[in-house]
Amino acid sequence: MRIPAAGLLAVAGLTLISCGSPGADNGAAEEITVFSAASLNEAFDALATEFENEHDMQVNLNFGGSSSLVEQINSGAPADIFAAADERTMSWVENTAGKPVVFASNSLVLVTPEDHSAGIDALADTIGTQLVVCAPEVPCGAAAQQAFEQAGVKLSPVSEENSVSDVYGKVLSGQADAGVVYRSTVQEDDPVHVVEAPQLSAVVNKYPIVQVSDDELAQEFMEFVLSDRGQQVLSDAGVGGR
Amino acid sequence: MKTPQRDRPTGNAGRVAVGSPWLTTVVGVVVAVGLLVPFLALVVDISPSQVPGLLATEAARDALWLSLRTSLVATVVVLVLGTPLAVFLTRSRFWGRSVVRSLVILPLVLPPVVAGIALTTAFGRRGLIGAQLEAWGLSISFTTLAVVMAQVFVSLPFLVVALESTLASNGDRYEKVAQSLGMSPVKSFFAVTLPLLGPGLVSGSVLTFARALGEFGATITFAGSLQGTTRTVPLEIYLQRETDPDAAVALSLVLMVVAIVVIGFAYSTRVNAQTAGARG
Repeated sequence: MRIPAAGLLAVAGLTLISCGSPGADNGAAEEITVFSAASLNEAFDALATEFENEHDMQVNLNFGGSSSLVEQINSGAPADIFAAADERTMSWVENTAGKPVVFASNSLVLVTPEDHSAGIDALADTIGTQLVVCAPEVPCGAAAQQAFEQAGVKLSPVSEENSVSDVYGKVLSGQADAGVVYRSTVQEDDPVHVVEAPQLSAVVNKYPIVQVSDDELAQEFMEFVLSDRGQQVLSDAGVGGR
Repeated sequence: MKTPQRDRPTGNAGRVAVGSPWLTTVVGVVVAVGLLVPFLALVVDISPSQVPGLLATEAARDALWLSLRTSLVATVVVLVLGTPLAVFLTRSRFWGRSVVRSLVILPLVLPPVVAGIALTTAFGRRGLIGAQLEAWGLSISFTTLAVVMAQVFVSLPFLVVALESTLASNGDRYEKVAQSLGMSPVKSFFAVTLPLLGPGLVSGSVLTFARALGEFGATITFAGSLQGTTRTVPLEIYLQRETDPDAAVALSLVLMVVAIVVIGFAYSTRVNAQTAGARG
């Protein structure tokens, strides 16, 4: 009997998918999976590289919006470690292997495109311009709202994005006149102009980290993040200490 | 229709419906059930009595109203722009026609976020055309116009493809007769071609509307997301997931029901048109 070609194709496709997972076979003996808030991208890339070099193993990183990550973890995604963008989101994780600890902090800055064409030098200057912020539903947006309230400036954005990287992208591309992002979002060589505002620096966002599985390596990774060396790596990436 | 004349069965055989062989029936049933599971899960996830409450928020109502308005406008724009385009692509012969046709169909297969980036590089504030418009004081990014543009861009191919197949099956004999009797080409387009396009126009515009209603990637990339201005239902669903998953599910259900109605409508008109065509 002839096996239908479509069936063969389907089987071949499934085989390809199941063999194609990244990092499945690179010679490393062990691996852990770290779920992290998108705003910690650069910091965790650096932490993972250093940890991998010290231990002969692989750190898989999954970056995303904190609440989506919580949803994934609660649905059984294989996370060993979870670093959230704020304590509120962290409280939604159902099962953990330990208590969350604050390991880093971040504050907000106002960024404008490099040419600084809209002449924005303070929060109040953003009124009537193409200001882009995070939506109040996500941590970076809640923080921005708080800062503008404290400054007594009406927050009037043209767009409320889902993540801080979406906001930053719109500033980098020049679509927005200004954006409110985390200090750690801005890397040294990025073509943006940073506007300091005391009300923005005053809103300090605390990042908690938690061990989800009781894996031994996960425990070691937690210790590394909280160690002096780990904190140094974080601050090099622009994230404040705890 | 070009059917092979050789071995043509005689008598009644041609009228007996050919059923689905066991193989396609078995696989077909399994696939259909498999496809239904995620939708059933969505329905089971919340009790129907919760839905009105979850949709009563101002944000949800704003999103629904914005989605309906923009999708309707986009559909009208696509009809006005897409119909001549489809006729032009089907009826005229010129060098590079297949390339132009591929480019028109491109948004159909492109990831919507790529469509959004393309629109931004063209019509964004620093874009090829956008920079000039900006100099004239016209800014498209972050406006409802940007939402409609994104919807038009991604849904235009649906109408073009639908009309192309209708035009191909209609042929041009009626136009030839009309023009041989002295009707001008433009007049014969309105008096003959357009009325004959009816079924294609209906199914094409229904699919266009459905695609516009579901548009997400190009919108969030090109237009941004602001309640009442650019945050359509798919964007609202994506945002609600962050804080209120139940509200996201309720909105998803609404979008799903609208899509089912729309597809059912388009499918029945198409099938009717085909059987009518076969009979006529």
